[in-house]
Amino acid sequence: MIGLEQYLIVSAVMFGLGLLGLVIRRNVLVMLMSLELMLNAANLALVSFSRFNGDLDGQVFVFFTITVAAAEVAVGLALVIAFFRKRHSAGVDELKSMRL
Amino acid sequence: MYEWLFYIFAGLMLVSGFMVVANPFTRSPVASAMFLVVAIVSMAGLFVMLNAFFLAAVQVIVYAGAVVVMFLFVIMLLNPVERSRRRGWILGVVSALLAPAALVLLLLKAFYALDGGDIAETPVLEGGARELGELLFSAYVLPFEVVSVLLLAAIVGVVVLNKRETE
Repeated sequence: MIGLEQYLIVSAVMFGLGLLGLVIRRNVLVMLMSLELMLNAANLALVSFSRFNGDLDGQVFVFFTITVAAAEVAVGLALVIAFFRKRHSAGVDELKSMRL
Repeated sequence: MYEWLFYIFAGLMLVSGFMVVANPFTRSPVASAMFLVVAIVSMAGLFVMLNAFFLAAVQVIVYAGAVVVMFLFVIMLLNPVERSRRRGWILGVVSALLAPAALVLLLLKAFYALDGGDIAETPVLEGGARELGELLFSAYVLPFEVVSVLLLAAIVGVVVLNKRETE
């Protein structure tokens, strides 16, 4: 029997995987992908809450989350490109100052 | 049937999510982007199983269509070279495992005590484009407009960040 718990457990494990990727990888692009995994895990939790509560408010919230995630990826990739132009690397080890 | 589909989609999503962050065969970011597509599409399958049809379509179009293509563009534009691992990375990975493991254990402990109910007993709500659109343009008009300002801010930010200095 599949209930709310199963969906929430999958969502929690997915969030943990994203956090792990954010911590262990040093490539900024892969770190951004891990951020996407974490946002997706939160989306799954919201949709399953919406399904088991019997209203659509959670799905509208996920709609907004997807929009914000797309904007965040656009700005993040622009930052990566600007950073790469200055330092010719996409590793976070070279990212030592606030100024690009 | 429902259970089997759930296990297939959830297992595919978790395995490919693991391959995004820690692929044992290659460290290429292109492989990570491809596994991100697999994870996103299986999450869209889970959305369909939760009756969120519109969100499943949006998930595939926006994430697998737009976001991953943007990642691939940037990867191919920059062609970042992966440095070799430094000394002492095993200690780093082991200590880095602690924080996510603790968080996941805490969440699982909280979910274990939860009584969410059976999926067969809760009322079925169709999350199609019509239902979500009605809600979006009645109760959530203000957040909708704020999101449009956010998208404008993102566009302006991207242009300002990558503007070449002309002097």
